[in-house]
Amino acid sequence: MATTTTPAATPGRTKGTGKPAGPPGRRPRRSLLPYLLLAPAVVLELAIHVIPMLVGAWMSLLELTQFHIRDWSGAPFVGLDNYRVVLDVNSAAGAELLRSFRVTVIYTVLSVGLSWVLGTTAAVLLQRPFRGRAVLRALFLTPYALPVYTAVITWTFLFQRDTGLVNHVLVDQLNLLDDRPFWLIGDNSFVALLIVSIWRTWPFAFLCIMAGLQNIPDELYEAAAMDGAGFWRRLRAVTLPMLRPVNLVLLLVLFLWTFNDFNTPYVLFGGSAPAEADLISLHIYRSSFQTWDFGTGSAMSVALLLFLLLVTAGYLLLTNRRRNDA
Amino acid sequence: MSRRHLAILTATVLAAASLTACGSGEESGDSGKTLTYWASNQGASLEADKEILQPELDKFEQQTGIKVNVEVVPWSDLLNRLLAAATTGQGPDVVNIGNTWSASLQATGALVEFDDATLDKVGGKARFVPAALAAAGASGKPPAAVPLYSLAYALYYNKKSFADAGIAAPPTTWEELAQVGKKLTGDGKWGLAVEGANPSENAHHAFTFGQQYGGDWFDSAGKPSFDTPQNVAAVKRYIDLMAVDKIVNPSNAEYAQNQSVSDFANGKAAMLLWQAAGANLQSQNMAADAYGVAPVPFLASPPAGGKQVNSMVAGINIAVFKHTKNRDGALEFVKFMTSDAEQVALNKTYGSLPAVGTVAADPAFAADEQKVLAQTLGTSAAPLPQVPEESTFETLVGTAIKELFADAASGRPVTEDSVREKLTRAQRQMR
Repeated sequence: MATTTTPAATPGRTKGTGKPAGPPGRRPRRSLLPYLLLAPAVVLELAIHVIPMLVGAWMSLLELTQFHIRDWSGAPFVGLDNYRVVLDVNSAAGAELLRSFRVTVIYTVLSVGLSWVLGTTAAVLLQRPFRGRAVLRALFLTPYALPVYTAVITWTFLFQRDTGLVNHVLVDQLNLLDDRPFWLIGDNSFVALLIVSIWRTWPFAFLCIMAGLQNIPDELYEAAAMDGAGFWRRLRAVTLPMLRPVNLVLLLVLFLWTFNDFNTPYVLFGGSAPAEADLISLHIYRSSFQTWDFGTGSAMSVALLLFLLLVTAGYLLLTNRRRNDA
Repeated sequence: MSRRHLAILTATVLAAASLTACGSGEESGDSGKTLTYWASNQGASLEADKEILQPELDKFEQQTGIKVNVEVVPWSDLLNRLLAAATTGQGPDVVNIGNTWSASLQATGALVEFDDATLDKVGGKARFVPAALAAAGASGKPPAAVPLYSLAYALYYNKKSFADAGIAAPPTTWEELAQVGKKLTGDGKWGLAVEGANPSENAHHAFTFGQQYGGDWFDSAGKPSFDTPQNVAAVKRYIDLMAVDKIVNPSNAEYAQNQSVSDFANGKAAMLLWQAAGANLQSQNMAADAYGVAPVPFLASPPAGGKQVNSMVAGINIAVFKHTKNRDGALEFVKFMTSDAEQVALNKTYGSLPAVGTVAADPAFAADEQKVLAQTLGTSAAPLPQVPEESTFETLVGTAIKELFADAASGRPVTEDSVREKLTRAQRQMR
């Protein structure tokens, strides 16, 4: 996930440090230093993100199959043909992509929404000091601290039909179900994926909101209490509005992470996810690497990138306008 | 030096370091003294393979002075890693490839062609078992690899379960297999174990059943023909072992990590269709006399056009990347790995068959299991289609069958229509 923050680079900050800048004649040389310090980051950003992205965009215009991957210059230039194939919902590839897109949208909305609700609930409940609060906080953050692969592999064991703990508890111990359901294939695979995703994501929401809550002055709650506001009223009128800046960023980041999530479905299902849980990142992987058609895969990637840019821009525009209106 | 100068120097060094970091990749052996070799996982684990191979590589170093750095790559990663190496021209000098990928990798042009002159450098064309060499690239072109280990599918059966159920001999037809499977199913045990969520395994069985029903997955022009009536019948026959005959535990629909081999070794299933499973079974504490090995069954009454094929020509090939800076050393290593002594030593350990004719009669391959494999390879095995799209066929058709197993396991009906629909969809994804 690409999240690069370089706050020190904004001109306002460097100007605003307010320190005396030495003899005026030497100023221009000194101002070179920040750029030099930033250079490694810029070089790496270019090498790791920007250039591969541009190469990906170029690949999407080529017929890049196994016959040409060794020497791209020999790959036929097909213009927008790859896009025509993947965006035409009447073609096989287009229909599959659309289905995968739908699954991903539902998955993202549910995962981000539920993670946010869980994170907020836990953070608010843990806002006031009580015995054992530190233990609970640490416990809640554990999934976030575990390495993704190890954690998700453990989930695949839990979800096994015959030997998994989930079915053991549901069927053998609680007797809630008669038949042992499948979790990693068929309809339930979506539920399994969602559970693992929320389990992994909500601690991050919890952490951010917990940090945000620290910044709300106690006086606001005291004043609200004096006005006779109960828990819900305080939550609605003080906590949530004060958390707005945190939530704006948090929801955007969660959306981007979840929509692009590759690790969870890949480890949970292997290279080929069931249709019910065929997230778009895995779908693109399969279209590129397993069928050796990198042109089509790149076209899907670029289309996805444009979609995410559009959503992000729309989101920022909307939330900024609201803030300006307020 | 002032603090400012120091800071500038640090920044410059960092920038330079980050740039050079981009350039350092895995280099192939650039001197005449080292080779990088990616081995496939043939033994019980990656570690076990390393321990098996290392003494042989040491021998090679003693003989030639060339050091071989080996990495055992798991099957789940191997094709992607090979693809990356082919694309970038970086990586190993010598690699093991699944023989069914030969034509696909050949199409990339990244592998050294074994024309007659090159074959002579590794001992000559005549050394290799012809059927195995035929599965090393598209016909009419110089092979892209040479065979290293030869394999075939066989039917493994639990002798005690068979005796307990009063079954005298292993089934020779699918109808018999379904019949004895039903006798063996019950009390938490199942007649047959399959690897239902493993696309490659599924595709291999789709090929064999397809041959028996007279189907081809690619037509004579090399175009995919997945959804022919013969192929639909073939795939349905395979799925029906779970859906209709009910001799396969529905849980097998999520097996992709060789759990079916474990189920067989632990007595949870009485039969297994596998390639050279013996070494693996024994590593899971199944005694060698606890299981029997028989040829994979045929159809009792094959339809018109049906072929007497009960296995693909399975095996592992060894190939050399064109980007190697030590082609002679790499070919020397291929010659060493396909030499009589190494063929006996390695194939004996792995339970596979030698890829060269000269040691076929060695007592190391006289066990029942190897006899069945040799008989199958010699008389009733056919190579998977050697077309560039083969690896795509394995992925797409294998995944379609995985979905059909999932349907069968969750009690959804698997009909000819639903099989055809899945195969048609897979075919439409081929470009």
